[in-house]
Amino acid sequence: MNFATTIGLEVHVEMKTNSKAFSPAPVQYGQEPNTNTNVIDWGYPGVLPEVNQGALEYGMRAALALNCHITKDIHFDRKNYFYPDNPKAYQITQAQTPIGHDGFLEVELEDGSKKKIGIEEMHVEEDAGKNTHDPDGYSYVDLNRQGTPLIEIVSKPDIASADEAYAYLKKLRQVIQFTGVSDVKMEEGSMRADVNISVRPIGSDQYGTKTEMKNLNSFEHVRSGLKFEEKRQENVIRAGGSIQQETRRFDVNTGETVLMRVKEGKSDYRYFPEPDLPPIHISDDWIKEVKDSIPEMPEQRRARYVNEWGVTEYDANVLTQTMEMSDFFEATVAAGADPKLAANWLMGDVSAYMNDKKLELADLALTPEHLAQMIGLIKDETISSKIAKKVFKQIVANDTDPKAWVEEKGMVQLSDPQTLQPIIDEVLDNNAKSIEDFKNGKDRAVGFLVGNIMKQTRGKANPKVVNKLLMASLKER
Amino acid sequence: MAITADEVKHVAQLAKLEFTDAELQMFAGQMDDIIKMVQQLSKVDTTGVPVTSTVAEAKNVMREDKAIKGTERETLMHNVPQKDRGFVKVPAIIDESEEG
Repeated sequence: MNFATTIGLEVHVEMKTNSKAFSPAPVQYGQEPNTNTNVIDWGYPGVLPEVNQGALEYGMRAALALNCHITKDIHFDRKNYFYPDNPKAYQITQAQTPIGHDGFLEVELEDGSKKKIGIEEMHVEEDAGKNTHDPDGYSYVDLNRQGTPLIEIVSKPDIASADEAYAYLKKLRQVIQFTGVSDVKMEEGSMRADVNISVRPIGSDQYGTKTEMKNLNSFEHVRSGLKFEEKRQENVIRAGGSIQQETRRFDVNTGETVLMRVKEGKSDYRYFPEPDLPPIHISDDWIKEVKDSIPEMPEQRRARYVNEWGVTEYDANVLTQTMEMSDFFEATVAAGADPKLAANWLMGDVSAYMNDKKLELADLALTPEHLAQMIGLIKDETISSKIAKKVFKQIVANDTDPKAWVEEKGMVQLSDPQTLQPIIDEVLDNNAKSIEDFKNGKDRAVGFLVGNIMKQTRGKANPKVVNKLLMASLKER
Repeated sequence: MAITADEVKHVAQLAKLEFTDAELQMFAGQMDDIIKMVQQLSKVDTTGVPVTSTVAEAKNVMREDKAIKGTERETLMHNVPQKDRGFVKVPAIIDESEEG
């Protein structure tokens, strides 16, 4: 029996607004527990929430970037549940009138082909507080996160494999990041994915029963969890069993999914319109205003790099994967660097260093100005590419001015023939055998001689000038 | 009966509340009366009337995205029965949070 897989994703993204969705308390990480809250977040009796216009506009921005239609008349709803991370016992969300609907994302699959994945709807809602479970039998509640504005993005069941789900998440993160509404960091919880998956025998026109995994906190876990779950469901059906609608947990250590609970029915949340928040009408003018506020998206940046700066299509694509990289690249070019060289350094040595040290671009001491200056030194032949590697090592980890450092360390490249010629002569005088080899057509001898000259100058000789002078001297001997 | 004791029990469980059978019977009766009273509204002909989510006339009430410092923790947590290092201390709950 062969199977077709259907995957749906619900992604929550925390918006980086100044204040919360329905209360003016600050949105800020890393603060003392329960210090960024007010009476609205605690659900005190008689309080009146108010919609944060900034949160709504960020939601619209994301909706437009995801090619969604904007719902012109919206209201909020209450989703009721009892859990200590939310003392008012309901979450304010948009169950009936999501701000955006029927959008799509075009994702690139591993074989290079493109696929459109539909977006069912996306809505604005509030986050809950954070519970920390201790082995002492108690949970500790911090409500700083309570009320932080979220966007929930619900895909259509268009995703047919774990790899497609991975590609969708990557693309979603990229688009949201460039809109500027969120940092979308999975490891910090500002992006969280709930996934559901079902399989059905090929030829069957009915979806199989789906299982759900909640709060996966890395793209890799999403992919591994889905792959495992796909196989598990197929095996259950092959063995004549049936799939239960249930929530499962992905165990990072074993790479398996384990049963958490059988799902509650949907009506148990008893949704109803939020009476404290009057409805909102979104005019065409308002939509246009928000549309105009969307920053340049990756596609546009890519086109600019290729058309204006002569960067290759491939490089432009790599450089625009994250906003950090793209911004760093642009700042380096703005500081005077040759765009192609800047691209090479960022994708080569800088990325290798980040991977090796497990660091983010923002963690490096390297600044776009220093990188541009170093590239300038290579370009005007002040330093050789070999010395550049040393300079790079210095400036990537320290706040060092490359030009001053090169001068201080005496690393300036030797390009003056009057300085180099005596060194070349000396090396030739000491290596009569190599001259003979050269005359006998052994090209390797040249490499040996160049190596010796570089050694004499401690790597500072300009290889181009050395080569020219050496060839001329060899012919004279 | 529009509302049964079983339904009251179900809703009570969602709210993490426990009642005796006698209480469930009593609440079922009370809630049944309330529902019956509200049900009178369905006698009104609402053909052509759009669904209403609020009776207030207000629309587009929003505030600017400006943060105001959180309220003093001691004040907010005055009525919290058990606290520890600034956290609210509650019996451990094994069930997963909704988190949206």
